[in-house]
Amino acid sequence: MTPKPVLLKILDYLSIVLLAVATYLALVYAPTEAVMGDVQRVFYFHIGTAWVGLLGFVFAAGLGIAYLVTKDMKWDIVEVAAVEISVVFFFITIVLGSVWARPAWNTWWTWDPRLTTAAVTELIYVAYFMLRAGIDDPERRARFGAVYALLGGLSAPLTFMAIRLFRSIHPVVIGAANENQDKMNMTGDMRVAFFFALFTFTVIFIDMFWNRIRLGQLQDKVEQLKLKVM
Amino acid sequence: MESTPDTSQYLILGYAVFFIVSAIYLVSLYVRNRSLQRDLETLEGLDAEK
Repeated sequence: MTPKPVLLKILDYLSIVLLAVATYLALVYAPTEAVMGDVQRVFYFHIGTAWVGLLGFVFAAGLGIAYLVTKDMKWDIVEVAAVEISVVFFFITIVLGSVWARPAWNTWWTWDPRLTTAAVTELIYVAYFMLRAGIDDPERRARFGAVYALLGGLSAPLTFMAIRLFRSIHPVVIGAANENQDKMNMTGDMRVAFFFALFTFTVIFIDMFWNRIRLGQLQDKVEQLKLKVM
Repeated sequence: MESTPDTSQYLILGYAVFFIVSAIYLVSLYVRNRSLQRDLETLEGLDAEK
């Protein structure tokens, strides 16, 4: 395997520094929300992880199209990387949301449209790996995976729009809420923590994505060599 | 005026989940990478013997 590029090493260290700063901004710099108290600080990482999670799912759908058009396995490797990282980030999103909901809604979970679509999206992509694990032929696995990622990609915008399309108790952070919904009002310091967290998670996603692609390429190389030697 | 509730235990729980899950994933990336590197070395050795 080729040694790690210098830019990726820089990105690794940058991600650690940015995460430390984002944690400081979320836990110390941002003021305590008057109604919810300290648990509101969970929201900065909740949105950050949701942003990169959903972005990765949509990106994976695009990579699925790229594979179906070109039949080049490199797109399959990149697609798997995008889905895997998004599944991890989106799992964190759901758990953080549940932790926030306990004191805010007095329940860990409710079948609200946003929570339901988020859970379905996560399960769709967990099933993506189950589907892939059940297919031995690499080309067939890549083709099925690409079609699945393409169809699964529809669930990401649906999850994002769920609180805008349906009656929901989930607060709206970006965009105007209708008169029946809660809208999260942020002070200037809260906005700093919020946008910095979004930026941080974007950088972390790029860093992890690049590392995961390299792992996929290594896996592919090992599989090719196995076929040659065995 | 109502006082702000103490919800700090949920805050700690939330951030603990974030850091623990992230750490588990990063460790899994490292372990898989190390295992594949070993496999690659073994296979390259077998290939060279052929």
